[in-house]
Amino acid sequence: MNALLPGEPLDEKARPMTVASGPPPAVEVLSAEKVFANGTRGLAPIDLAIADGEFLTLIGPSGCGKSTLLKLIANLIEPSDGRLLWWRGDFADVGQEGRRLAFVFQEPTLMPWARVEGNVRLPLELADMPRAKADPLVRDAIARVGLSAFSRHFPRQLSGGMKMRVSIARALVTSPNLLLMDEPFGALDEFTRNKLDDDLVRLWWERKLTTVFVTHSIYEAVFLSTRIIVMAANPGRIFRTMTIDQGQPRDQAFRDSPRFAAYCRELSTWLAEASLPSAAGAAS
Amino acid sequence: MKPLLESDGFVRVAAPLAVGIVLFTLWEVGFRLASVPVYLFPKPSDIFASLLHNGPSLLRALLVTLRVTLQAFVAAVILGTLIAFLFVQSRAIEVSLFPYAVLLQVTPVVAIAPLVIILVKNTQLSLTICATLVALFPIISNTTLGLRSVDPGLANYFRMNRASRFKTLVKLRIPGALPYFFGGLRISSGLALIGAVVAEFVAGTGGRSSGLAYEILDAGFTLDIPRMFAALFLITMTGVALFAAMVALSQLALSNWHESESRVET
Repeated sequence: MNALLPGEPLDEKARPMTVASGPPPAVEVLSAEKVFANGTRGLAPIDLAIADGEFLTLIGPSGCGKSTLLKLIANLIEPSDGRLLWWRGDFADVGQEGRRLAFVFQEPTLMPWARVEGNVRLPLELADMPRAKADPLVRDAIARVGLSAFSRHFPRQLSGGMKMRVSIARALVTSPNLLLMDEPFGALDEFTRNKLDDDLVRLWWERKLTTVFVTHSIYEAVFLSTRIIVMAANPGRIFRTMTIDQGQPRDQAFRDSPRFAAYCRELSTWLAEASLPSAAGAAS
Repeated sequence: MKPLLESDGFVRVAAPLAVGIVLFTLWEVGFRLASVPVYLFPKPSDIFASLLHNGPSLLRALLVTLRVTLQAFVAAVILGTLIAFLFVQSRAIEVSLFPYAVLLQVTPVVAIAPLVIILVKNTQLSLTICATLVALFPIISNTTLGLRSVDPGLANYFRMNRASRFKTLVKLRIPGALPYFFGGLRISSGLALIGAVVAEFVAGTGGRSSGLAYEILDAGFTLDIPRMFAALFLITMTGVALFAAMVALSQLALSNWHESESRVET
């Protein structure tokens, strides 16, 4: 079922990937570790290559450093040691080569005083794009998340799921090359979450948009990802990797399939192992 | 359609109005039955008669007070906003200057007014200065608080998009500060009127004023108690009108998005 054997640590696999020929990976994490100011080891040295077009999910018990790893990838924080490469270059080169990152937070973080279209237009405005050029992009991004009828609404008139859609539209409007999402649907009810997952997987497929996704939900991880990285805590590290061998379409039929259930069962077992105290410190 | 009594807007207007009518009727009838002399405490009808009789002079006085109030209010809004912008530029500026803003606030205007009136020759200007000093603080403190109360998630988003300081100010800080600013306006508009009237009292004892406070003083000297009440009534009405205007203004600006002013069903 899996390309990797259970328990095989990823860093052994990841290193050859970085030197493999073919399209360059979107992001390479090279022995990057994070020690916080108070001395806590947030992340043990991590090696990871994220291929272009991949949907990678980070999952693990709290404190496993999955958000820290995502922030490293977003360049929101700097590694204490090791380094990261974006398309084989430094982060400073990302913008110059016309590549863009977009980040979706757990909260929609919308401006309450701006309408949906104003909120979606924000990143373009901050990049000084003229209004005439921005407007069609904004309309398109709002249409992609199915909110065309609500573009003149204010955030407070929208449901939690709709606000999250606006937040995703705001990320899509810049046509990012790398989409980073930190538990974006964590605060939503399961029905809404499934609906948004359906849309997200469709958007990812349409654009071949490299995505790194952090979640607590096993079902969400299996449904969305091409690869799932299970992390463990103390210190934060990669515990195991699961490849989800499932093409398109990913729909309700996939959720109902025995394969889906099998993936979930295995992932659930791994997560339980990753949460065991005996798992702690095993990699160090 | 809902019955009139259950409609929120109707009750909001009708209920206080009904209370007012009952109180005024009790006042009128009670004082009539007890035959309280008009020089001790006038009845509503006496006040109304005085309002009509002294109409032109009271109206002139009202305009004087209103002008001082509005000038002071506008000055306080402009100055207060500028000071607030200065404060949020750096912690050092705020920490070193804020105590003086507090000092200004806690010193009673009655105590400063004589000094200002002596120092500034133009009475109108000296009154405006006193009223401005009173009205300034709520604008400073509310606007500063508003400019600082940026949603951390949004602030982070702006940082990630490498937004310039100016753009962060215009697109994030200023819109976010508006609810606080309008809260400051409401308090400040009332304080501007109070400041103007108090300063007029101080100036009026020296015979150098012609506003509503002077009318009250003058009516006191001549024992024209109904005129005193009529002037008081006009001051109160001015305050209510100012407050209502600020409420309307803030509703106009915020009703679309802010919870405090929203009438949109969600």
